[in-house]
Amino acid sequence: MKALEVRSLTKYYGEFQVLKNVSFSVEPGERRAIIGPNGAGKTTLFNIISGTLKPTLGKIFFFHRDVTYMSAYRRSRLGIGRTFQITNLFFNLSLMDNINLALQISNSSLNLEEFLRSWGFWEKRRTRVGNLSYGEQRQVELLLALAQSPKLILLDEPTAGMSPVETEAITRIITELPRDITILIIEHDMEVVFTLADSITVLHYGQILCEGTKEQVKSDPRVKEVYLGTAGEEV
Amino acid sequence: MFLGVTLLIALIILPFGLGSYGLSLMISVLIFGLFAMSLDILIGYTGLVSFNHATFFGVGAYVVAILFYRGWDNFWLALPAAVAASVLLATVLGLVVLRSSGPYFLMITLAFGQMIFALAWKWRTFTGGDDGLPGIPRPDLGFPVSMWNEQNFYYLVLVFICLSFLLLRQLFRLPLGRAIIGVKESESRMQALGYNTWLLKYLAYVIAAGFAGLAGVLYVYYNGFISPQELNWTMSGMAILMVVIGGTGTLVGPVLGAGIILILQNLLSAYTERWPLVIGMLFVICVIHVKDGIAGYVMKLWEKGWKGYESPGSEKPN
Ligand SMILES: Nc1ncnc2c1ncn2[C@@H]1O[C@H](COP(=O)(O)OP(=O)(O)O)[C@@H](O)[C@H]1O
Ligand SMILES: [Mg+2]
Repeated sequence: MKALEVRSLTKYYGEFQVLKNVSFSVEPGERRAIIGPNGAGKTTLFNIISGTLKPTLGKIFFFHRDVTYMSAYRRSRLGIGRTFQITNLFFNLSLMDNINLALQISNSSLNLEEFLRSWGFWEKRRTRVGNLSYGEQRQVELLLALAQSPKLILLDEPTAGMSPVETEAITRIITELPRDITILIIEHDMEVVFTLADSITVLHYGQILCEGTKEQVKSDPRVKEVYLGTAGEEV
Repeated sequence: MFLGVTLLIALIILPFGLGSYGLSLMISVLIFGLFAMSLDILIGYTGLVSFNHATFFGVGAYVVAILFYRGWDNFWLALPAAVAASVLLATVLGLVVLRSSGPYFLMITLAFGQMIFALAWKWRTFTGGDDGLPGIPRPDLGFPVSMWNEQNFYYLVLVFICLSFLLLRQLFRLPLGRAIIGVKESESRMQALGYNTWLLKYLAYVIAAGFAGLAGVLYVYYNGFISPQELNWTMSGMAILMVVIGGTGTLVGPVLGAGIILILQNLLSAYTERWPLVIGMLFVICVIHVKDGIAGYVMKLWEKGWKGYESPGSEKPN
């Protein structure tokens, strides 16, 4: 059983080939990090998995179901949740209204108060989300995706732009998520990657450079050369 | 809430303090206010700047007039028939125009609006062409209150605009309405949460058309005459001005906007032909300086002046 299978994915933006024959699969409950320099095609890959973009070639299977041509909202209802690299919230609505929009459509039995209390956000429920701090907004970005009780969650640089303290907090939150949520995470901070992930896929100029457990990827000479060569710094 | 009740009481006692000229101006303000309010559903709550809203206003008006010409003069039949016609047209047009978004949506709605304008112009047997359809009498409601009396007609319009306001306010408190607002805030996020955003926009488009049709019905009964001019893009444009000047996403704001524009137009046109220039300048000032329109501005003053400095509220002002 695979939670997600990406098969021979190719994507062109006009003449420019962003993804070249990308294939990989993820087991249920697995936590997979996708790493690679800026412009490698990571966000594009997420957009294709979540359904915002259609691939030029290739297929996407979600629990063995072909979802390649399914619209984004249907995939979401099947259980594919996501966060955005650039914070994408209902900024003019209160925190409560934001979460309610996620709860009212999902068939989860989550209760608003319990949910917000468990994340320490109950006191801020009436605050306009645009008035929250950036760090809080990045957390809400994650909460919105969790509120829909996804089976698979795609996290696009959840720690982008956060302070070290905030990064640690959000890393802990993700680490403590229940294991029945399969996680795919794009992350530049190698410390976060090594804390969170079971396995790593390295994407380089739209191609998979290498893939394996943390240890395998860490010791792979090609990865050392093109990516970790800059020794764990942000790339 | 208090502000709303004050406004309502003012509107109820207003006819007693107005001459016949003022009263007829106020009736226009309310009718166009309802028209602008219905456009606010799209601009202020869904994030769609539609440039053919006059189509649905005009169709509502034409249906009443055409029915009257064919001997159907029952108000309680003509009203739902006219609203249904506007809704039906929107269910068809919506399928086409909602394929695009942003500036393209504005262009394609404009194009379709002008097509229907041209149709009304050419289809003489039905619409009377450029002569329009004159001689539509005030409605007979079936009880002994004459609608030929301006004051009574004013209250009829007031009842319809209040009911529409209450219905719409309720809509935007229900899950469906919250979801429509979500589309305006972030369509991509709504899709990621599992919403069929196309369908939400489509529903908003159809609902807005229904209320525009209702405004058109009141208009033709009041004016006694309908011509293709009421379907023209200038009407749609004027409604956009009313919404933006009055304040988007407030429902009440557009009614204020209608008041400001129609009263200014009446006052200024006595002195100069260039009154559109003044309204244009007002529009620019509103877009640049008072982003939430007059209604937003009044709400801010209100909160500062009377309520003191409370923590910023999270709910949208209604
Ligand atoms: N809509 C688009 N049209 C054309 N090129 C794009 C578009 N989106 C992204 N790109 C390009 O595709 C490449 C991959 O982008 P992206 O998937 O965002 O990379 P990453 O998330 O790995 O940084 C970049 O070179 C980017 O400039
Ligand atoms: Mg990216």
